[in-house]
Amino acid sequence: MSRIDFDVAHLLAGTLVLISFLQLYQDRLYALLNVYAAHAFTLAASVAWQAFVQDAPHLYLTAAIALVFKAVVIPVALHRIIVRLGIHREIENVVGVGPTMLAGMGLVALSMVVMLRITHDADPLAREDLAFALSVVLLGLLMMVTRRNAVGQVVGFMSLENGLVLAATGAKGMPLVVEISIAFSILIAFIVIGIFLFRIRERFDTVDVQALDRFRGERR
Amino acid sequence: MSFDGLTGVLLVPAVAAALLALLPGYRVTARLNVLATTLTLICALSLFFGRPQPGNYLLVDDLNGTFVVLTTFVGFTTSVFSASYIGHELEIGRLTPPFVRFYHAMYQVLMFAMNLALVANNIGLMWVAIELATLTTVLMVGIYRTHEALEAAWKYFILGSVGIALALFGTILVYMAAKPVIGEGLGAMVWTVLVARAGSFDPALLDLAFVFLLLGYGTKVGLAPLHAWLPDAHAEGPTPISAVLSGLLLNVALYALLRFKMLLAANAAALAPGPLMVTLGLLSLVFAAFMLYRRRDIKRLFAYSSIEHMGIITFAFGMGGPLANFAGLLHMTMHSLTKSAIFFAVGHVAQVNGTQRIADMGGLTETHPLLGWSLTVGVVAIAGLPPLGIFTSEFLVVSSTFARQPWLALILVFGLVVGLAGLLLRLNSIAFGEPRGPRAKAKASYVPMFAHLALVLIAGIYMPPALVAWFQNVAGLLG
Repeated sequence: MSRIDFDVAHLLAGTLVLISFLQLYQDRLYALLNVYAAHAFTLAASVAWQAFVQDAPHLYLTAAIALVFKAVVIPVALHRIIVRLGIHREIENVVGVGPTMLAGMGLVALSMVVMLRITHDADPLAREDLAFALSVVLLGLLMMVTRRNAVGQVVGFMSLENGLVLAATGAKGMPLVVEISIAFSILIAFIVIGIFLFRIRERFDTVDVQALDRFRGERR
Repeated sequence: MSFDGLTGVLLVPAVAAALLALLPGYRVTARLNVLATTLTLICALSLFFGRPQPGNYLLVDDLNGTFVVLTTFVGFTTSVFSASYIGHELEIGRLTPPFVRFYHAMYQVLMFAMNLALVANNIGLMWVAIELATLTTVLMVGIYRTHEALEAAWKYFILGSVGIALALFGTILVYMAAKPVIGEGLGAMVWTVLVARAGSFDPALLDLAFVFLLLGYGTKVGLAPLHAWLPDAHAEGPTPISAVLSGLLLNVALYALLRFKMLLAANAAALAPGPLMVTLGLLSLVFAAFMLYRRRDIKRLFAYSSIEHMGIITFAFGMGGPLANFAGLLHMTMHSLTKSAIFFAVGHVAQVNGTQRIADMGGLTETHPLLGWSLTVGVVAIAGLPPLGIFTSEFLVVSSTFARQPWLALILVFGLVVGLAGLLLRLNSIAFGEPRGPRAKAKASYVPMFAHLALVLIAGIYMPPALVAWFQNVAGLLG
């Protein structure tokens, strides 16, 4: 593998981790969606680069799905939902920005230590890709934990899925079945989420998940 | 491709789902639902007599054959119960006809997804099937569209997706571990190929993969501390779904874990998965046993009891060895039968009382003797008292543990006793004492309930040697 192949893949995967950090401290929904679109766009670029490097044309399909569906369709749709529900105010975080960022740095350090130590025999491209992917997954999880707002949690979940796609495409020659399944699952997941958001609106007049907590069965 | 039992267990639910989505009318669809599950059960039973060669995607062996038969059997009895349950929900207007149509279609999709997860020979396909099962049940849990149902579905969806995502990461890591040995492409995701050559995989990668898989699929099994979705999902969805969730879906997720455990066991240098599973199992058991005490909702009560029993089963499989695996398999079968029977009873009890609050129920054996006593028998069985089947399996788990790790057995027995007392305490207030609920006559379907309880009773008194030999054979496979 030539040097440039590796460097570009590294750059794109690293950018993805950086954008995950950007997502962590966005405090407005529109801004969050824009950053998510950038996240998905970077993912598409990264997957396309992997397709080129690995000479695996079917990965271009995954890249196209990421570009069209995740970077354009979903942000636009969520944007409309937000307008329709009238919730374009600031989002509350459970934890402050400072501790969240520190926790995020800790998670990235953790995934580097774990993955790089374990995969010393694998080829360097897959190895670093996997380390970055785990960082993105963990940052997505962190975002889901620190957001109270349902839209925020959904965006966290979707960036987590981006990390999974990064991992799957980094693993050379992984059968197509998985890539299609990921794209498909996101589609289904999004439909489900859409239904939920509308139902939640119908019943609660808010998409703040904290409002849901009041109805827990044990506190009657 | 010729038609065989394997095609049947997948094709019948898929076709039925499409039909049920199109057909209107409650009576026809409920019957069609029962018919489809009957056919699926017959196809599953035919797998005992002839099974196709394992391919790149599908596989039937003794282990998953057992699971498929159990799944299709409980799926069949639940569909019979569901017909009368849903009829009542329509009558009181809790569900409208379009939702019933949706419900029946989803029921078959769920059966399809569970069967597919069980017969998958490809770890990617297995993951897709479990994801499909999760999404289906999310929709079913939220079907009543009340505050509580929506919260439960949302929570289940978020926690389930995170679990599923972690499991996918684990699956990718398994592929990464297999790639240098097997080569790129499909082969490195086929389970039979993986297990045959697992000995030369990189053990460190396998270890990490298993941790992710344990957390991911463990969420779906409902192991503490990843169980938070389970009580809500059980309490707020329609009761037939609670029965299927507890009796089947948890098993399917556990089955996925067992497959990966076998993969690790085939690699001498990888970490032993046993201690991890033992720890999570015991934690779930003791935690859930204590949680039984302050439940106010009857379905939540039995949901916590499911966590308790999944803990015992995970513990037994974690201990490993022929005897503990045998006990685990038996316990899983008994738990599926008993817990679904209990949910059948609970569904009717909640319908005649018009509420799920335990405080509003009392003297059920007096107002509705048949329902009350079935529930009593079911709870006595699930609490692990003789002479019912769960006693036998719990006894086996405890005695095999005492022989090897007496300290662990002490914790196990402690958890069991705490759980037993908690269940009997609640049973006392529900089934006996001053009658509190209305005396309206129950329009219930008793047959599925009685059939399950009879099987559990028979298994507690006399296990046919053929069945024992079969379970021993499967326990041997698990290593």
